Amino acid sequence: MSLALVTAAAEGGASTLIQNIGILVLAGFVGYAVISKVPNTLHTPLMSGTNAIHGIVVLGGMIVLAETIREESVFNYVLLFIAIVFGTINVVGGFVVTDRMLEMFKSKPTPSKQGEEKSS
Amino acid sequence: MTQLPIGTSFIHDPNTIYGLYIVAFALFIYGLSGLTGPKTAVRGNRIAAVGMVIAVVTTLLIPALDPDGEAIPGFGIGGIDWAVIVGAVIVGAPLGWASAKKVKMTAMPQMVALFNGVGGGTVALIAWIEFRRGTYVEHGLEVAIPSLFALIVGSVSFWGSNVAFAKLQELIDGKPRGVKGQQFVNLFLLLVAVGLSAYLAYDTSQGNQTSEWFVVGLLVVTGILGLFLVLPIGGADMPVVISLLNAFTGLSAAAMGVALDNTALIVAGMIVGASGTILTNQMAVAMNRTIPAIVAGGFGGDSAAASGAPGVEGVMRATSASDAAIQMAYANQVVIVPGYGLAVAQAQHTVRELAKELEKRGVEVKYAIHPVAGRMPGHMNVLLAEADVPYDQLKEMEEINGDFARTDVSLVIGANDVTNPAANTDKSSPIYGMPILNVNESKSTIVLKRGRGSGYAGIENPLFFDPKTSMLFGDAKSSVADIVKELQEL
Repeated sequence: MSLALVTAAAEGGASTLIQNIGILVLAGFVGYAVISKVPNTLHTPLMSGTNAIHGIVVLGGMIVLAETIREESVFNYVLLFIAIVFGTINVVGGFVVTDRMLEMFKSKPTPSKQGEEKSS
Repeated sequence: MTQLPIGTSFIHDPNTIYGLYIVAFALFIYGLSGLTGPKTAVRGNRIAAVGMVIAVVTTLLIPALDPDGEAIPGFGIGGIDWAVIVGAVIVGAPLGWASAKKVKMTAMPQMVALFNGVGGGTVALIAWIEFRRGTYVEHGLEVAIPSLFALIVGSVSFWGSNVAFAKLQELIDGKPRGVKGQQFVNLFLLLVAVGLSAYLAYDTSQGNQTSEWFVVGLLVVTGILGLFLVLPIGGADMPVVISLLNAFTGLSAAAMGVALDNTALIVAGMIVGASGTILTNQMAVAMNRTIPAIVAGGFGGDSAAASGAPGVEGVMRATSASDAAIQMAYANQVVIVPGYGLAVAQAQHTVRELAKELEKRGVEVKYAIHPVAGRMPGHMNVLLAEADVPYDQLKEMEEINGDFARTDVSLVIGANDVTNPAANTDKSSPIYGMPILNVNESKSTIVLKRGRGSGYAGIENPLFFDPKTSMLFGDAKSSVADIVKELQEL
C-alpha cells in the first residue's frame, strides 16, 4: 500500500485532489498569518474586504457556465444566471463598500471645507 | 475553426492561466496585509480588487477542451454563453455598486451581511447545478463530497445572512427569539442534512443519478437551519454572527474550488475562511463570550437570568439637558463614550457638533472607543470618522482607561454593558471578566439612555446608580441636540 503510494508520488502521480488539499491547507495558514495583525479599528473594513474576496465564487459560476449547453437544460441556465448575478453583487458591492468605509479613515487635508459641510 | 494567430495559443496555455492566478493571489494577500494600517488600507482594498479583476479575466481565458483533452483554439472560455455572463454582470454590478454607494454608514453591518449572503447563495446554486448536470455521477466522491459540503455551508450562510440583515434592518424583531430545545432542533436539522448528503454522495458514486428531490430537500433543510441558527440571536450579537457567516462563505467557496478543481477559488476562499474565523474569535473574546455560546442562542440564556445581578441598590438620578450642558461647559476634559445606542440613533454628527461647541470653550474632548462599540468592532470608528472626528481624538480602551481619573465629565451615549463596573468587581455577573471602559473612575458621569431598562444582556449596570452619575433619558440624538442648543445659549 505505502509502496504503491511512494511509486505514485515518484511518477508525479499525486492526485489533483491531494494537490488541491495541500493548497487549501497552505492558504489557510496564509490567511491566518496575514490577518492576525489587524488592529481593532479596522475589523469592520477587514470583514467587508474579505467578504468581497470570497465573491471569487463568481468564477465558479463562469466555469460551470462554460461547460453547460443551453439546450441541455434551460433551468440550469436560469440558476447559473442567478448565481453569477449574486456573485457579481458580492464582488462589486463588497469592494465598493469597503472602499467607502476606508476613505473615511484618510485624514482630510482641507479643514475649511469641513466647516462648510457641517454648517449645511 | 481557422488557424489562429500565434499569440492566442499563449493566452490559452495552462501555465499562463495558472501564472495569472498566482499574480491574483499575490495581490489578494498583499492587499489584505495593507488593511492592517489606516494609511495603507484604502490602497490595500484596491489592490485586492485588481487581483479580483485579474482572476475573473483569467478565468474567461480558460480554453475549452475537446473530447481528447486538447484545448480548442478560440478566444475565451470554450462554449461559454457570453450573453449570460454579460447579462448577469449588467444586472449584478450596478445593483452591488448602487447599494454600496447609497447605504448609510450606520447600516453598514447589514449591508455586509447581505453581500455575504448572496456569495453563499452563489455557492449553493453552483453545487445544485453541478448535481443537475450529472457531475457527481461522472466524477464520483471527489466532486460530490466537496460540492455537498459547499451546498450545506453556502445555503446556511445565505439564509442566515438574510435573517441577520432583516434583524439589523429591523424588518423583524431584533430581540433574541427561540423555542425551548432550539439547539436540539438545530442539531437534528444538521444531522438530517448530513444524512441526506451522505446518501446523495453514496448513491451518485454508485453511478445513479439520484432523484433531484433529495437535493431540493437538502436545500430546504439547510435553509431552515440557517434561519433557526440566526433567529434566536440578539441584535447586539449580530456582528459576531455576520463574521462567522463570512468565514462560512469563504470555506464553502474553497470547497467549491476543490470540487471544480479551480485553484483561485481554493486559495481566495480559504484565506477568507481562515481570516474570518480569527476575526470572529477576536470579536467574541472582546465581548467575553464564546462562539458556541452565541450560536447556542441568546446571551447567557437561562444561566444569566438565574445568576443575574440581584437588584442593584440605589436610585438613578435624572438630569436635564441644561444641567448637562453647564456641567460640561466648565469641565477641563470631557470623554465621550459612544455605544450601540449612538449607532442606532445615528447621532454621530450631532455628537461632533457637541464636541465642537465644547472645544470652542477650551474643553478637551476625547472619544473612548471600546473594541466592540457600535454594531461591529471598528464600526464606531467608521461612524465617527464619517462625522469628521479627528482620528487622534479616538482613543482605544487601553489608551483611555488610565485617563478617566483625570476626566471631569464622561458622557456615555447609548453604551451600557461596556461601561458596567460589575465586569471588574462582581464575580457572579455574567459579564465578569469582560474588559470595560472604567467610566466610573471619572469625576462625574452623564449617561444618555433611552429608558430605564437594563442593557441588551438584561444585566443591571451599577454605574447608573452611582452617586456621581446623572441620567438623561430620551433618544440619544435629540438629547445631544438639546445639549448643543443649551451650550449655544450659555
